[in-house]
Amino acid sequence: MDRKRLDLELITSLVERKSRILDVGCGGGELLESLKKKRNVIGQGLELGQERVNQCVAKGLSAIQGDADKDLSLYPDQSFDCVILSQTIQATSHPDVILKELIRIGKKAIVSIPNFGYWRVRLSLGFYGKMPITKRLSNSWFNTPNIHLCTILDFINLCDQLNIEIEKTITLSSKNTKSYNGLPNKFSNLLSEEAIFIIKA
Amino acid sequence: MTIEPNKLPCSYFTEKIPLLLENGTSIDELTVAYESYGKLNKNKSNAIIVCHALSGDQFLASKNPITNKDGWWNRMVGCGKPVDTDKYFIICANVLGGCTGSTGPTSLDPKTNKEYGLDFPMITVSDMVNAQLRLINHLGIEKLLSVIGGSMGGMQVLEWAASYPEKLFSAIPIATSSRHTAQNIAFHELGRQAIMADPEWNGGDYIKLGTRPSKGLSIARMTAHVTYLSEASLTKKFGRRLQDKDEISFGFDADFQIESYLRHQGLTFVDRFDANSYLYITRAMDYFDLEKTHNKSLTEIFEKTKTKFLLASFTGDWLYPPSESLIIVRALSAGGVDVSFVNIESDKGHDAFLLDEPEFDNAMRGFLESVSKEVNL
Repeated sequence: MDRKRLDLELITSLVERKSRILDVGCGGGELLESLKKKRNVIGQGLELGQERVNQCVAKGLSAIQGDADKDLSLYPDQSFDCVILSQTIQATSHPDVILKELIRIGKKAIVSIPNFGYWRVRLSLGFYGKMPITKRLSNSWFNTPNIHLCTILDFINLCDQLNIEIEKTITLSSKNTKSYNGLPNKFSNLLSEEAIFIIKA
Repeated sequence: MTIEPNKLPCSYFTEKIPLLLENGTSIDELTVAYESYGKLNKNKSNAIIVCHALSGDQFLASKNPITNKDGWWNRMVGCGKPVDTDKYFIICANVLGGCTGSTGPTSLDPKTNKEYGLDFPMITVSDMVNAQLRLINHLGIEKLLSVIGGSMGGMQVLEWAASYPEKLFSAIPIATSSRHTAQNIAFHELGRQAIMADPEWNGGDYIKLGTRPSKGLSIARMTAHVTYLSEASLTKKFGRRLQDKDEISFGFDADFQIESYLRHQGLTFVDRFDANSYLYITRAMDYFDLEKTHNKSLTEIFEKTKTKFLLASFTGDWLYPPSESLIIVRALSAGGVDVSFVNIESDKGHDAFLLDEPEFDNAMRGFLESVSKEVNL
């Protein structure tokens, strides 16, 4: 299974049946579709690209065009059971503000991040002295939309700073997927390519 | 050709229970002229109302008996089309105040047995919706699958959703606004002044006096028609091309194609529209202000409504621009409403919603199919 697919499947499995969810940065609606089909959710999507929004609506998904950095403030407190931010936080202008918004709007939030602490990434910068290009982070430094990359440890520290509780962590590498209640073990920052967090206030 | 509205071939519903109007008066005898397409299913759960725009009529997807042209939304509504007559029962009614069969200024006032003319009461968009509600009650439909409309039709959709949320599963307001802006009112005022400046208008009494303010109505239509297009579409269609000549005439004939086109638009309009109806309906649109009518903010009006919304706007529409739709979308999001919004890339101006825009069709089809699934149609 490819990584994107796996991310999608894992997030789907974390969402409760029939819950009301908001997918921030929903793209063409792949995750929303999976959630609707498998978890029977009432889903809403927010997406920056209008073309992708139109694709969602043509598929029968609810979506509006909007910017995660500006438009989350529109939504009332606790208006969703769960807000999802899948592989998007690194492309936002203010990840800290966004995290706070996620748990204000949602009773909980699911956030998945590419891990910049992964050993291959460290190797690329530390050994070759070049900005890393991986399967997950495939753009060059000059054209990447990913302006706020972080490591698993950075993410955990930010949550701590913001008094956000990490309820569950799933770490992913090409070999395996590990699930932790609460925080992951200390090696995961080196060995995981990606992590999925369930967070709440 | 003169219009004899009550003889047009379509369905009619008449009720002698007074319809109370927003201005405090009432219409004692209400007639709604309508067309329907497709079949109403057993549980009456597949009904859709399509609300027409200012110059529209009930001939949505069937030949218009006045113009002998195809219905105004033939492209969207029909067998296998996004608003599919094989699946849905689609109703389109002439608006209250209109001139193709529903009660309006050309109807007979039961009190005097003469045409209302300017004795017709001032109507509003919510009065139009209340007339439609009478019709669906008459048809025994408790809940509509959807209410759809563009431009003034979209205002009716918003009013439906604001006043009767329990009566509709979904709402599709297209290329519209939650209130008429100063620019919208300004263009309507130009049209009304043109009509009223025509000596044949005769203070609105032209039917009784046997005259017709064709010039005034025609100019009103020409002005309005420009607002439905865009500079890009005008340039593409006409540019500075001359009409049937190689050189300019140094006179005031229609030298340019655009002039000739507009004159034609004006002339054909007066064959199918009544000048007083034009005054009343444009006024109803100018008075449209959802927040003011309901005395609440947009968010409060729609807060927690179960109605599912699809809004659509077109990038080249400067009459009801995307920013107007966005105001509604934001208010709905803030109210926790299930809302979708597509902004379609188009340089065709306001009229784009009536024209060939495949991406818009796909959104309509996808949305209606998902609503159908939710109600187990």
